Amino acid sequence: MADSYYDPKDLRKFGKITEWSENLGTKFFDYYGEVFKEGALTAREKSLIALAVAHTEKCPYCIDAYTKDGLQKGITKEEMMEAVHVGAAIKSGAALVHGVQMMNKHDKLSM
Amino acid sequence: MATKSLQAKGEDLAIANKQLEILNGGIFADGELPYFKDNIAKIGHFPLRPKKLEILQINVGYMCNQVCEHCHVDAGPDRKEIMTRETMQQCLEVIKNTGAHTLDLTGGAPEMNPDFRWFVEEAAKAGIKDFIVRSNLTIIRANKKYYDLPDFFKKHNVHVISSMPHYTRGKTDKQRGDGVFDKSIKALQELNERGYGMPGSDLRLDLVYNPSGAYLPGDQMALQADFKKALKEDFNIDFHNLFAITNLPIARFLDYLIASENYEDYMYALVEAYNPSAVANVMCTNTISISWDGWLYDCDFNQMLDLKVASKVKHIKDYNEDILNDRNIIISQHCYGCTAGSGSSCQGTVA
Repeated sequence: MADSYYDPKDLRKFGKITEWSENLGTKFFDYYGEVFKEGALTAREKSLIALAVAHTEKCPYCIDAYTKDGLQKGITKEEMMEAVHVGAAIKSGAALVHGVQMMNKHDKLSM
Repeated sequence: MATKSLQAKGEDLAIANKQLEILNGGIFADGELPYFKDNIAKIGHFPLRPKKLEILQINVGYMCNQVCEHCHVDAGPDRKEIMTRETMQQCLEVIKNTGAHTLDLTGGAPEMNPDFRWFVEEAAKAGIKDFIVRSNLTIIRANKKYYDLPDFFKKHNVHVISSMPHYTRGKTDKQRGDGVFDKSIKALQELNERGYGMPGSDLRLDLVYNPSGAYLPGDQMALQADFKKALKEDFNIDFHNLFAITNLPIARFLDYLIASENYEDYMYALVEAYNPSAVANVMCTNTISISWDGWLYDCDFNQMLDLKVASKVKHIKDYNEDILNDRNIIISQHCYGCTAGSGSSCQGTVA
């Protein structure tokens, strides 16, 4: 057993989850592959969305994977950082918008 | 940015055998990753055999005006290996009689060979269907004596294939050196002015893209669309095709992978991306690579690893196409670079 929860080398083994549940694992990877194909959105746009979500989910595997994927697709570091800010802005906005709830409660409780 | 070749720095990896030790050892020797040989044996391609010869690729010397970080030739201004006119004459005899339809001149910067123009003039007379010169673009702007190269190429109907790592200045200069981007843009505009790369033009201008780091190239068509859009919008540049080429783990790129601790991950990525359907069309099956001193190789990469063809005929002076074509191609783990994803060759994807 590794003595830490995250090991970069574990990402290489992701495909092995299928070995313990072939049906579900295969369905997941088929679905995953289908999602990232060119569609109404380009594969490039999807890669940037994935990178932003990887950050908001704080998934180190996903951050490694989609930084590399972005480089492969010719995405620049400026584009990557803007995508990360989009994710961060939604996260902070999601926190801050609860301020309205605080204001509502404050006003309700106050004379 | 590199300033000297590995050879000039006296580095271990300037020695082909040291590179092969790495490629055959480590994660492959301890069974973590399969040998290339075992993978192609599963689909009946071992030993790997040539098909009909289509391309003669001649490396006229390792001297170059640039010292690119990823260069598998370990080329640079300090490299003195240059093809002599005598060897060129031996090549011309072969070019006149070959069954190959494509002649592909590479280097270094092939234009830096003092006999380059003479050789192109003579070779053009042989009437080969597709006559390629791999030009790094900046050479055209490097010195006044090269300024007329676009006209020279046009006169001899040369097909120009040029490296262009990215359509942004930052990424290009990081890989190839400061100022490379601006010079390349200027050179492309000059080629366009002569008709090169224009829609419908017979003067072929293709670009080569290879990643500026430890990752594989993305989809060739998607990258081509991005390059075309950006170069047209920003600089009014046209070109025909973009070839997305995978960096092979040899010479300076191998040195970079090891120094940056990316070697294992990169080899995993190559092996994971192994595409059996690319094997049948890898370029060593239709190409012969000739070095500056006339030795024959299965490909330019094997040339840099000093793996001469496994044939009775090993040198241009003894050239015999029938005997050469009856050989087994020499492989090692660097070959995974040509079978990853959609495959990779000097002509772009193969699968």
